[in-house]
Amino acid sequence: MKVKEKKIIKKKLEEIGKSVVEQAKNHKVPYLRIPSRTTNNIVFDPKSLCYVIGNKTIMRSAGNIRHVKPMAQMLKVASFCKDLVEEELKHETKRGLYYISESWGEKLKFDEQPESDNIIEDIEAMIGEPRENFHIIPNPGGAVYGDLTLKFKNPSGKMMKINCLQTADGQTIGPRMSEAEIVECNAKRVIAIETSGMYNRFMEENAHKKFNAILVNLEGQATRATRRLIKRLNEIKKLPVYIFTDGDPWGLHIAMVIMAGSAKSAHINKMLATPSAKWIGVTATDIKKYKLRSDKLKDVDLKRIKELKKDPRYRSDKRLLEELKTWEEIKKKAEQQALLKYGLRYVVDEYFPAKLKEMEKK
Amino acid sequence: MKKEDKAKTAKDMALEQRAISVAEFFEKNRHLLGFDNPSKALLTVVKEAVDNSLDACEEANILPEIEVEIKELEENRYKITVEDNGPGILRDQIPRIFAKLLYGSKFHRLRQSRGQQGIGISASVLYAQLTTGHPAIIYSKPNKNGKVHVFHLKIDILKNEPEILKEDLIESGIKHPTGTKISIIIEGKYIQRYHSPYEYIKQTAIVNPWAHIKYKSPTGEVFDFPRAVNKLSKRPKEIKPHPYGVELGILIRMLKSTKSRNISAFLQNEFSRVGANSAEEICRLAGIDLTRKPQSLTHEEQEKLLKAMQRVKLMRPPTDCLSPIGEELLREGLSKEINAEFITTITRDPSVYRGIPFQIEAGIAYGGELKKNEETGEQAKLMRFANKIPLLYDPSGCAITKAVSSIRWRRYGLEQSGNALPRGPVIILVHIASAWVPYTSESKEAIANYPEIIKEIKLAVQECARRMLMYIRKQTRVKRETQRLSIFENYIPLIIENAKELAGIKTKIDIQPIIEKVVKKDLVAHESKGKENN
Repeated sequence: MKVKEKKIIKKKLEEIGKSVVEQAKNHKVPYLRIPSRTTNNIVFDPKSLCYVIGNKTIMRSAGNIRHVKPMAQMLKVASFCKDLVEEELKHETKRGLYYISESWGEKLKFDEQPESDNIIEDIEAMIGEPRENFHIIPNPGGAVYGDLTLKFKNPSGKMMKINCLQTADGQTIGPRMSEAEIVECNAKRVIAIETSGMYNRFMEENAHKKFNAILVNLEGQATRATRRLIKRLNEIKKLPVYIFTDGDPWGLHIAMVIMAGSAKSAHINKMLATPSAKWIGVTATDIKKYKLRSDKLKDVDLKRIKELKKDPRYRSDKRLLEELKTWEEIKKKAEQQALLKYGLRYVVDEYFPAKLKEMEKK
Repeated sequence: MKKEDKAKTAKDMALEQRAISVAEFFEKNRHLLGFDNPSKALLTVVKEAVDNSLDACEEANILPEIEVEIKELEENRYKITVEDNGPGILRDQIPRIFAKLLYGSKFHRLRQSRGQQGIGISASVLYAQLTTGHPAIIYSKPNKNGKVHVFHLKIDILKNEPEILKEDLIESGIKHPTGTKISIIIEGKYIQRYHSPYEYIKQTAIVNPWAHIKYKSPTGEVFDFPRAVNKLSKRPKEIKPHPYGVELGILIRMLKSTKSRNISAFLQNEFSRVGANSAEEICRLAGIDLTRKPQSLTHEEQEKLLKAMQRVKLMRPPTDCLSPIGEELLREGLSKEINAEFITTITRDPSVYRGIPFQIEAGIAYGGELKKNEETGEQAKLMRFANKIPLLYDPSGCAITKAVSSIRWRRYGLEQSGNALPRGPVIILVHIASAWVPYTSESKEAIANYPEIIKEIKLAVQECARRMLMYIRKQTRVKRETQRLSIFENYIPLIIENAKELAGIKTKIDIQPIIEKVVKKDLVAHESKGKENN
């Protein structure tokens, strides 16, 4: 992270403490206003095409018996994070923070992890920054492969450069990778793939060269680090993003979270979502068209489709809504690897170029 | 035809029929007097002797000093010795008091005392005689400067007359200036826990806080139940029967033995609350001439008279025949024997059942040492008393249990399942004082179910329960307030400290005004919320 950003984050954290001190100086009972993260304050923003947090706030007051402890804990956590930010190289996970609180004494320690998780999310919402920025990092997950050169400080603080082609299985995306400086990127697009199997197929078939692309392995639901890197490639390098998932409502929703963010992270979706990303497939139409080997949709799958049809993120996209309806018609789902019935190269040589052409036309 | 098979003639039968002596009757019906099993028998002997001692001391206006000793002589054979500092008994009276059933001063009068029929102690003597063959040994010193009379007594069962095996006059044998000591050897069984002599003496000590009792158990332990107050409870007065409480048999007997010349005088002299006007009205209602000789009434007229006596409007009987323990003394008694955190007692105004005055007293002890049972959710302990005697047996047949169980204890902050006693760290005490306690049997274990009595018990216990609830509520409120206060006191400094740390500011901030503000506000908010909930 750049020094300038570090200063901004530090200041934002300090502001929380200052407001409390100011109130206390004037003998006022101090309180904090925190954007509400309850469902009735999460709204779909048609402009940015993602879930964002509304205007409602909640008050956490030192005069409320139920608030007074979490308020003290929140200030302690913020203070702890400020120190992490200042130290620059130190990061901790949510779980780690929960255990660290043991050392804060009986009064401040967290009894259960959801309590500390909740406070971290409150701080995210208050200062409008994802927790990575105040050094509470998510678990790594997913990988990136392609001609992309990144610059970062390694855990010991040494400046390093890495080209993602010079890796064995692609570069794992952790918190340092997701915020690494993009030094060089000659690719034209990002292809994000749901399963490791298909990701491997694309690497071995040299898809990165063929499509001049950066390949990303999502490993199922994308982690925050992965979503963050995808967003930065899209935003900074203006690369269009294509998402390739299994042919079922769950795969489609993996794509949707990358595009529009999740409700749970509404307060920071602006940092994570890539609204311009496009879902390639496997679509319901593909299942019919390519006569893919398929399984019957189960009750849970059909129920999920019904839910998604009501979701504003889908309601604002005619194409996706149509695909959901098609699934309901054909009542079939297929995995990405069903395309292998046409041979190893087919997916890269035939299927994907055709789909890409179709998408880029639009 | 053989003689045995021949139908009996009235003459044959008459030869077989004879009067059964009272003593003989009780020999065959010992359970009626509380001697149904060896452990109960042991307790009954202690109880009768202690009751007599307490009655005697109080009548003579002496603060009681009582020593009880139970000694195991051999397996299932115990020697019970009870000594008091009472007025002693005159030489001539000793044999009849201890060795003649139904002899006593208490049966023929209406005044509150522990014993009422004159059976208890002589029944104990009889029981000893039947189970071990040993006579009872009585020591008595009626004069400060006199000698000690010693009697070895048995009962002539057929005649119900004392049988003196030995009589002596000795120099010492009684510790106090005056007093009585009785020593009885019986077959019995010593048990601990609820029906133990210890429990009996402890409960006795609670309702007789003016008594000092020492107890030496068969295991050699010595327990001292100290005197809490140097004042006896109010002495009861003797009263005449009230017309409402008289039964036909008694009325007939009274009519026959009265010295009054006419009915009007009879009614006024022999009964309480009957004046010239009332007497006239009774006679008018009964259709009997005022001037008739009491002995001259026909059976029909006797019945009419009784009915009229019970129909006429009369004042309630006088209640100075009652001797309640008193709220103060009862509280003293409870607090000296029970280490509870809250004790409350109440003495109700006297009331009347069947023309007989009675008075209910109740007490509740809550918390403290009783709380150790809380986890097990044990039932509250109910201590029942009648005329200052603990009732240890037959709780389920007793009006006191019935009345206490019928209270809805949840209203008073205690758990209760169905119509049982409540659960919780509580002792409930109920005392009925009466000139004539309506026991369900001669063994004096349970009170009969008179609606008037049940109602009074409920009112008394409910009042105590209400006070207990107020105490519990106040305790929990205080506890909650302190808890809330300590939360604020703990966390507000942490909020300020961490906010300063976070902001990187080192100014000194006075936290006290903030805490005060918060606590005051919180209290108001919390109370108004509480009111809404109510």
